[in-house]
Amino acid sequence: MEYEAVIGLEVHLHLETKSKAFCGCATEFGKDANAQVCPVCLGFPGSLPVLNKIALDYAIKVALALNCQVQEYTRFDRKHYYYPDLPKNYQISQYDLPLSRNGFLDIDIDGKTKRIGITRAHLEEDAGKLIHKENTTLVDFNRAGIPLLEIVSDPDINSPQEAYAYLTSLKSLIEYLDVSDCDMEKGSLRCDANISLRPKGAKELGTKAELKNMNSFKAVRDALAFEIRRQTEILDAGEKIIQETRLWDEKSQETFSMRSKEEAKDYRYFPEPDLPPFMIKEEKIAEIQDTIGELPKEKMQRFIKDYGLSQYDAKILVGNKSDAAYAETCLRGYPQKDKKAVANWLVGPIAAIASDNAVSISGLGILPKDVLELIAFVENGKISHLAGKSVLAEMAKTHKSPAQIISAQNLVQISDEASLEEDVNLVIQENPKVVQDYKTGKESSIMFLVGQVMKKTQGKANPKVVQEILKRILKDSSL
Amino acid sequence: MELYQLTAHELLDKIKNGEASAQNIADSLAKRIKDKDSKVKAYVRLSEHRTPNTEHRTNGIPVSIKDNICTEGYNTECCSKILAGFKPPYDATVIRKLKAAGMAILPLKTNMDEFAFGSSTENSCFGPTHNPWDLECVPGGSSGGSAAAVAADEAIWALGSDTGGSIRQPAAFCGVVGMKPTYGRVSRYGLIAFASSLDQIGPLTKDVRDCALLMNMICGYEPKDATCVNAVVPDYTQALANDIKGIKIGIPKEYFIEGIEPEVKKIIEEAIAKLKDLGAEAKPVSLPHTRYAVPVYYIIATAEASSNLARFDGVQYGWRSKEKAQNLIEMYKNTRGEAFGEEAKRRILLGTFALSHGYYDAYYLRALKVRTLIKEDFDRAFGECDCIVTPTSPTAAFKIGEKTDDPLKMYLSDIYTISVNLAGIPGISVPCGFTKKGLPVGLQVLAKPFAEETLFKVAHTYEQNTEWHKVKAKI
Amino acid sequence: MAINRETVEYVAHLARIQLNPQELDKLALQLKDILGFIDKLSQLDLSEIKPTSHILPLNNVFREDKPQESLPIEKTLANTPQKEKSFFVVPKVIE
Repeated sequence: MEYEAVIGLEVHLHLETKSKAFCGCATEFGKDANAQVCPVCLGFPGSLPVLNKIALDYAIKVALALNCQVQEYTRFDRKHYYYPDLPKNYQISQYDLPLSRNGFLDIDIDGKTKRIGITRAHLEEDAGKLIHKENTTLVDFNRAGIPLLEIVSDPDINSPQEAYAYLTSLKSLIEYLDVSDCDMEKGSLRCDANISLRPKGAKELGTKAELKNMNSFKAVRDALAFEIRRQTEILDAGEKIIQETRLWDEKSQETFSMRSKEEAKDYRYFPEPDLPPFMIKEEKIAEIQDTIGELPKEKMQRFIKDYGLSQYDAKILVGNKSDAAYAETCLRGYPQKDKKAVANWLVGPIAAIASDNAVSISGLGILPKDVLELIAFVENGKISHLAGKSVLAEMAKTHKSPAQIISAQNLVQISDEASLEEDVNLVIQENPKVVQDYKTGKESSIMFLVGQVMKKTQGKANPKVVQEILKRILKDSSL
Repeated sequence: MELYQLTAHELLDKIKNGEASAQNIADSLAKRIKDKDSKVKAYVRLSEHRTPNTEHRTNGIPVSIKDNICTEGYNTECCSKILAGFKPPYDATVIRKLKAAGMAILPLKTNMDEFAFGSSTENSCFGPTHNPWDLECVPGGSSGGSAAAVAADEAIWALGSDTGGSIRQPAAFCGVVGMKPTYGRVSRYGLIAFASSLDQIGPLTKDVRDCALLMNMICGYEPKDATCVNAVVPDYTQALANDIKGIKIGIPKEYFIEGIEPEVKKIIEEAIAKLKDLGAEAKPVSLPHTRYAVPVYYIIATAEASSNLARFDGVQYGWRSKEKAQNLIEMYKNTRGEAFGEEAKRRILLGTFALSHGYYDAYYLRALKVRTLIKEDFDRAFGECDCIVTPTSPTAAFKIGEKTDDPLKMYLSDIYTISVNLAGIPGISVPCGFTKKGLPVGLQVLAKPFAEETLFKVAHTYEQNTEWHKVKAKI
Repeated sequence: MAINRETVEYVAHLARIQLNPQELDKLALQLKDILGFIDKLSQLDLSEIKPTSHILPLNNVFREDKPQESLPIEKTLANTPQKEKSFFVVPKVIE
């Protein structure tokens, strides 16, 4: 039986305000446990919450970027459950009148664009952190009260790959807004997934499992893939899927059912009486819309149009806001109208070195002007393309300019015909059979000869010039 | 005359004239408490303070504080076992304001029904307070300790809290003045919450002038409370007139039909007649949804309470069960099961039920809608009159133990005060007579939101033309 | 609305309150009475009425995004029954 996976993702995004959602405690990290708390975020008796204006602004910004309808009237609700990381044993969240609804995010999958609906995006406060020991649990409330935006997707995702694409697109988009660093490893972006299977073509949804404890986009993808296999096995055997919460275990690459008995959660939502409701006017929405600026999709189109880049290259370059800015500086500085050469260097060798160093291209520490200098040296033949790549590696390591590196390493390309002729003649003498092949019509043999000259000159010879010299000399039918 | 017998305004005059010092007042009060509190039991945890020690300021009249208002470094326990030993790390806003105004704070807290759940102060984990007018009677609740202390001259003046009548009703039972400000007039920051949309802190005093003075100090905007209104606080002493000519007082017919004790009814009618003598025009008004007020209150207030009390779990403060718990859930259940009193458990369960899945619409949501109707009743009535006058309570103080068997009976005694919190309007109770048994009766005056000045005008005029406030309990 | 012992048991669990059998029985009776009284509200036709969840005509109350001083750790932990270094300690949570 063929099944279709129906997946919904719930993302919790930490909004980078300077102070917490409902109190003035600072949000910076790295302090001692319970050093960044106050009666409000500790939920001490008698304390009261007051909403951080910027938390709302940031939330609206993300909602707009996700094409959501920002509601004119919104308010907070209390969500009740008992857990030691929740100081009041209720979370201030939003239930039936959330900040925004009905948005979408377009993802590229298999060369096509797919629209994933966004059910809603709402504001809430984060809980503290727990450290489990042998017989006790330690509680740190520094994180309690940090503003979170919960983004719930429609169950439009149908594969682990789509889920991965959704998360990377979401991260890419939100990074542009400067409201969160969207880093799953740092914990500023958390993701839970709901997945069910149904026979292909069926309309009714199957029983879903909720997946938690995935700490990277890859883990989300792998966990979903595992779940599909697990649920398929169960359904094929004619059994039923139990609706439950399952935790992903990175080590064993499997999901496990939570040991405690699952009970239907009754959160007893009701309107938060300590916070009067919020009216969001058109002017406010317009004001925030203005702060959004160019989003990745628009930037990509502009790179294609203004700089003549391919869609493939443009897409890679706009994936990350600082990379896009870096790329744009390079592209602008390049004197020719057709900027493909710059794109090739950025997307090719520079991206490769960045990846080796586990940073993004703008994180390498190479100045755009140095990139342009390098490209110019290669293009006007001062050094070979091959040499250019090793100069680049050195630039990444030492942050020196290309000119400095080239002179220090004596990498200047030899283009002087007179000095190259000697090596060319040597190579011709040493490879009579290949010369014969070339002369009898095998055009490609000349590349072997060029290669040999490159070897003799430690890569410094200008291959174009070498090739011309070879052609000239070999045309002489006396050989 | 002893210093402890005087009003705050009289004492302020004495201090100004150099006739008495803050130390003299503190000493006089300490002596009175030592003398009478073993009978009245208005204060709690007395044994922890050898002598009631007050922080001295220049004109530091000590203010007595209900046990649910946070005072930094001093135990604030809501008279509940679950907060045993809790010393807040911060002062409530009203405490900060009183200190800034030069007042002294008595670290001895006044007795109350546990978490303000009650109308008699019998639900305190420390045992009941006794009414100074008849020690076998309740002082009312939940601010019974504050009211009794003021009535017994064991306090110069006091703060209480009012969620469904908890300042006004004990004020009536104890023959003192008690006011619940408009919701949003006084910051709730530092008041340990019972029902967030109904709670207000207010004064309990020996006369109306003291009430105005205390209101001047505690009212006003505070950014830590999002439900506190940013509106100018007038000088309420300017509203202390002796003239109510032409004032229209509304008499709601629904408050005089059933349930009110005949003696109380008579005394109230006489008080209304007095107001008319003084020039007020009385006219009948209707508050048709009055009979739904108690059920609505017991849904909304208990729902909010069940939520506000969820935090008491033994993790960060207060009582933690010493029973060996297998896991965290057991620890929570044991802690809360052991340390909450009976009434607290009842209300938490009722409130949890009203919010639970499947019942929310039928109970909580419906109650919110009826609240709208109750508010609209008052809006309409205030279109026809300047203030509304009612009995504060259907009976005078009842005997300790008389109503504890039947929670519903106890709830119904709040009938005249509860709508006021639901509508968010201000109300004051002033003494207006005594029953044949010598128990005080209170007259309640209500005004529209932020019209406390009307209340002061009417209450002060009535008071200055009667002698009730001069009669003292003999303990 | 019929409220029986099972309902009270369930609600007590939601509210994390341990009740002994006598308490359960007593509370079941009392809550039944109280809810019976509250059922008076079902007499009203509320179809056109809007609920009041906030009594004041206030909205858009904010605070500025300016960090303020936090509580010193000693004050934060002063009231807790059990602590370790600067953490609160609870019995192990089963996950």
